[in-house]
Amino acid sequence: MKHVDEYRDGRLAQVLAARIAREADPLASYRFMEFCGGHTHAISRYGIEDLLPANVRLIHGPGCPVCVLPVARIDAAIRLAGRPEITLCTYGDLMRVPGSDGMSLLRAKAAGADIRMVYSTLDALRIAAAAPEREVVFLAIGFETTTPPTALAVRLAVAKKLANFTVFCNHVLTPPAMQSILDSPDRRGLGRVRIDGFIGPAHVSTVIGTEPYEFFAKEFEKPIVVAGFEPLDVMQAILMLIRQVNDGRHEVENQYGRAVRREGNTRAKAEVAEIFELRESFEWRGLGVVPYSGLRLKEKYSSFDAERRFHVVDMPARDNPACECGAILRGVKKPVDCKLFGTVCTPETPMGSCMVSAEGACAAHWTYGRFRDHARKVS
Amino acid sequence: MSPRAYRRKLDLENGRVDLSHGSGGRAMSQLITDIFHKALDNAWLRRGNDQAAFDVAGGRMVMTTDAYVVSPLFFPGGDIGSLAVHGTINDIAMAGAQPLYLSASFILEEGFALRDLKRIADSMGAAARAAGVAVITGDTKVVERGKADGVFIATTGIGVVPPGLDLSAEKVQPGDCVILSGTIGDHGVAVMSKRQNLSFETDIISDSAALHGLVAAMVEAGGRGLRVMRDPTRGGLASTLNELAQQSGVGFRIMEEALPVRPEVAAACELLGLDPLYVANEGKLVAVVAPESAEPVLAAMRNHSLGRDAAIIGDVVADDHRFVQMMTGFGGVRIVDWLSGEQLPRIC
Repeated sequence: MKHVDEYRDGRLAQVLAARIAREADPLASYRFMEFCGGHTHAISRYGIEDLLPANVRLIHGPGCPVCVLPVARIDAAIRLAGRPEITLCTYGDLMRVPGSDGMSLLRAKAAGADIRMVYSTLDALRIAAAAPEREVVFLAIGFETTTPPTALAVRLAVAKKLANFTVFCNHVLTPPAMQSILDSPDRRGLGRVRIDGFIGPAHVSTVIGTEPYEFFAKEFEKPIVVAGFEPLDVMQAILMLIRQVNDGRHEVENQYGRAVRREGNTRAKAEVAEIFELRESFEWRGLGVVPYSGLRLKEKYSSFDAERRFHVVDMPARDNPACECGAILRGVKKPVDCKLFGTVCTPETPMGSCMVSAEGACAAHWTYGRFRDHARKVS
Repeated sequence: MSPRAYRRKLDLENGRVDLSHGSGGRAMSQLITDIFHKALDNAWLRRGNDQAAFDVAGGRMVMTTDAYVVSPLFFPGGDIGSLAVHGTINDIAMAGAQPLYLSASFILEEGFALRDLKRIADSMGAAARAAGVAVITGDTKVVERGKADGVFIATTGIGVVPPGLDLSAEKVQPGDCVILSGTIGDHGVAVMSKRQNLSFETDIISDSAALHGLVAAMVEAGGRGLRVMRDPTRGGLASTLNELAQQSGVGFRIMEEALPVRPEVAAACELLGLDPLYVANEGKLVAVVAPESAEPVLAAMRNHSLGRDAAIIGDVVADDHRFVQMMTGFGGVRIVDWLSGEQLPRIC
């Protein structure tokens, strides 16, 4: 497959692996966080850890939009879907995320709620146009990558005067989350993890560009390499990070030049800025309340805001106390450190959100890497 | 059945299934005669009994049953009718058996177009004739609108196993070879390309096919070296290998680079965030074969039109954890796990 196979070439991977092994200082250790679930998935799926020396460790970050959505918001979505007049549309990944009391959107659907899995915001608009008697709510989640399509849907709904279409907005921003990980988490009782550099987001950066990371590189003196989601991209980013650490540099470098510019996608950014505004704070699973990290619809578009139309209130909800998703999302713990991992929590019966999405650290490790946990090697 | 004089001919252009077609009266008789008997015609059906009688040979017989609820009903490379024939024949063939007869039950939804029903029955008849396996008895029910999705078909099949052959998962041993008969993911991607909310342009057609001819060639070439065979339908190759690993108490080690995947299928999966290892097939089989039989079986498969892309994709290893591991094309190792839930497109 053109434009894909080139980035998965096994021979080139060996060349990069040899270079990494040569340049990594055997007396040092390198701990890099890949922020995005897309990277986590690629690392596990292609077995990238097998190609790295033992002193280069990857720490999975919180960049899985399904994983960071707090239980309270899932509960609110389930309550919305339970209203007889509402058709709730959402991306498939969210269906199995556990809410309170063992409920999930999938179970709510089985119990009779009108919940539709859609592949794009435009599908939700079509459903709204075809059923004017229904209140169609689009459950919007995701980082800067999925925000422009939601903005577009709102703009189209305005143009088409679709009075029965609203958005339950849970869009979040990457830079505040990165800052939250670096910015004195121990003082907030969240535990700390040593990070020597970041593999920066791929798709998010196609929208926001590399410029927003420059502050972190400078302020926290951490190198950041924005990288694509293909395995060779990840390998190359690791090499670039090792070089920065060895040189004592902390810059923002762009490995993903084929898709990312410093200024990002100005049109998409303008579209988002037209429709959305910052919330003063938003709760993340794992990171707690992060200031200015979430988006909501502007007052001007309030008639398309499901939270306003249906008076959505977040009721306090708690994660399963034994679930370590929070610490895992911050890179403080590994999936195997959680008592629930692989015992009661598996992709079939997820207890925590990290086990739901294929991009979650637990699901990725369970699905692709758990054989490494068994000391006994397969003959 | 002798021709009966119905007052009006069945309107195969614009007519629709109504509740009278399932009532047991004249309308039902007309539907069965004009659509099903015409399409599936054979000596047993012509006798019009509630059952079909036939002679049995000595030896071991196999029996299997399967229900077909595919959506959409028509997809590139087949439809629910041909699928209901191929799928059940393949389940028989996986025992190394020669399929003999099929039965078919139709559950029709009120309002279903007779034109589409005829098209499905004709396709079923064509598939059965091509496979040399007759549909010798059947049943028709009609349910109210909204209680089904157009048409559901259940087929049962019986077949006979060649003397001395006994394929079973517990025969699998470390060192055995794993052979795949051809490209994976074709059926699932072809069907998905026509789903209402997902339609995309592609030339991919379903691989739906009856595999008993290919199996007969393998049995002849491999004999007792054949351990077990499965057709990787729902859940794809990954699920089939995991099922075998569980039942056989072994592990599998496969090589990603050895897996035949059509570039179009790989591209569609890439776009939808799917993994071809988990996408359904309807005309493929995976066989575990003793190492000394691997080459002759592979050669026999490649000589058959349905096994031209056959390949050895890995081997069986001793593993208490019963993992299916894969050497990735990238040079790492990972598990190929059971499919959990439905494969869902990734959102970012």
